[in-house]
Amino acid sequence: MSTHSVPADREITFAQAVREALAEEMRRDPAVFILGEDVAEAGTPFKVLSGLVEEFGTERVTDTPISEAGFTGIAVGAAMTGLRPVVDIMFGDFLPLAMDQIVNQAAKVHYMSGGKLRVPLVVRTNLGATRRSAAQHSQSLHALLSHIPGLKVVLPSTPFDAKGLLKTAIRDENPVVFFEDKLMFQMKGPVPEGEYTIPFGVADVKRQGADITLVATSSMVQVALAVAHILEKEGISAEVLDPRTTVPLDAHTIVESAKKTGRAVVIDEGHERYGVTAEIAAVIAEGAFYHLDAPVRRMGAMDVPVPFSPVLEDLTVPTAERVAEAARALCGRT
Amino acid sequence: MRRTAPRTETQQADASQGVPVEQWLAMYEQMVKIRAFEEQVNELYRGAKMPGLAHLCTGQEASAVGVCQALRPDDYITSTHRGHGHCLAKGARVDLMFAELLGKAPGYCRGKGGSMHIADPQSGNLGANAIVGGGAGIATGAALSAKRRGSGQVSVCFFGEGALGQGVLYEVMNMAALWKLPVIYVCENNLYNEYTHYAETTAGELRARPAAFGIHCVEVDGQDVRAVYAMTRRVVERLMAGEGPAFLVCNTYRYFGHHVGDVNRSYYRSKEEEQDWKARRDPLAILAVWLTVEGLADAGMLEEIERRARDEVAAGVEFALAAPYPDPGEVDQHVYA
Repeated sequence: MSTHSVPADREITFAQAVREALAEEMRRDPAVFILGEDVAEAGTPFKVLSGLVEEFGTERVTDTPISEAGFTGIAVGAAMTGLRPVVDIMFGDFLPLAMDQIVNQAAKVHYMSGGKLRVPLVVRTNLGATRRSAAQHSQSLHALLSHIPGLKVVLPSTPFDAKGLLKTAIRDENPVVFFEDKLMFQMKGPVPEGEYTIPFGVADVKRQGADITLVATSSMVQVALAVAHILEKEGISAEVLDPRTTVPLDAHTIVESAKKTGRAVVIDEGHERYGVTAEIAAVIAEGAFYHLDAPVRRMGAMDVPVPFSPVLEDLTVPTAERVAEAARALCGRT
Repeated sequence: MRRTAPRTETQQADASQGVPVEQWLAMYEQMVKIRAFEEQVNELYRGAKMPGLAHLCTGQEASAVGVCQALRPDDYITSTHRGHGHCLAKGARVDLMFAELLGKAPGYCRGKGGSMHIADPQSGNLGANAIVGGGAGIATGAALSAKRRGSGQVSVCFFGEGALGQGVLYEVMNMAALWKLPVIYVCENNLYNEYTHYAETTAGELRARPAAFGIHCVEVDGQDVRAVYAMTRRVVERLMAGEGPAFLVCNTYRYFGHHVGDVNRSYYRSKEEEQDWKARRDPLAILAVWLTVEGLADAGMLEEIERRARDEVAAGVEFALAAPYPDPGEVDQHVYA
């Protein structure tokens, strides 16, 4: 189902969709609780969680010290013993502080115990540059987490997807890392009032097309849609695919689309080197090679720390102009 | 589920602490079993029958047994890379542990964890951990969970003094103290952080560290199971009264090296030191002598206990050696639940 055909008689922001998913799940299951820095009264610096502590109290929306490793580790233990924690890592850049707990503990427990222990944990965090926040507040580290077996990794690109995927994440029996792009919090979109979930591993066709496939994640989906709009005026029909989860990855839908169009550009805001774009490009090459009319292009963020100066920062992230240029080249329209 | 009477009983003044002799004998049997288990692990490793690494806890039996005897079956523990004793003391079966150590299918983790990752939720064991300090978050989280669920369970985090160098321990102790969580941080100080004496790695006073968080800190002779047991019971009562976490230092000694391959260790500790601990501070001997002097047991009874424990260990090894390896199809099972 494409988000563009979502039946909804209201539009809410991405932040509201996240908040609504959390509130609904906390009402449904008393084991669900939120743990993190400034999650209660402050509602996080992005105000995504505003109002939750008023309804659920500090027992279930719990402020922690500035101790990412500590509270993530505590969440792992709580998840193993009957609770369903949703940990808030204020900036995705702080994930490395909690990496042992996520990579060596949460991701390994189920396997190392031969399936006896489970870690139903959600780590909510964010990604994205172009907020002039410099190199320690601008990273997109989802590829790092996607590399680790035992973790699931979610990248919603619309309010609709955010709500449905977060509810699925909370109900999942595994550790799930949920990345929200900081630039999308105020983005509005149709979200039904009622209860719904979106399964992991199902890519969404955000736009149908015939000449080229643009596989895009998170906020790059908006870039891809803008590119499709530009290309349409030039007589090129672009299909826009959003995998929505990098783990599990819906390789089938991606490969089938590439087979149909014969061309593909993969766009992601993580660094290009060893990144999500490389993985998806390889999936297309392996699955659709004999259907391709051109090599797969990948477009990730530059392999540099994100600079502060706006002039420099804007150069590091894929833009609609640069993606359109690459797409035209693949289609032989330079 | 609320705790029942034994936890709130006031301690008896007599030497047996009001503990029935059967329980002391059970503790003796557990310690003997751990000793025999580790001897077999050493043999299996030296005979190239055991893959990977093995870190023996020989010499540290009293802290594992004394602490776990003071716990309820559904109380939680997290263990360490030197964790065979903790797992057995908490109720793991010898045969399934050997099977795990040999990477066999009936092992506790289906052969996917090995010596350093034995987990047995049935006995409250949330897993041994190969990361030093790796169980700190998990144990503290289990305590948070127990408190939120009102289950009356307590959580014990075993770690060596080497974990005092890991920052995560201090992060979670801070939160445990703030939130008054029912967790006991059990520091088994066996003097050596792998191959380095702890005096070279630990600035200031060890006990001052938990004290800085306002955490109740006590220290016991970790070679005397009676002292460890009595102190753990007292600490558990405190936890049950909602007085917040505790830190228990068990002063102990590991008879072998950091791992079974650490044979030539004269560069970091002397043979005399090792002999001294074995001769004067052996936890099995300390309990056996006390039981005999008090007239609670005679040599025949203790020999019978030892024979029973050694038989169980021998049978466990036999079972594990004969057990099948996992099916190759297991390799990608249990990555996700």
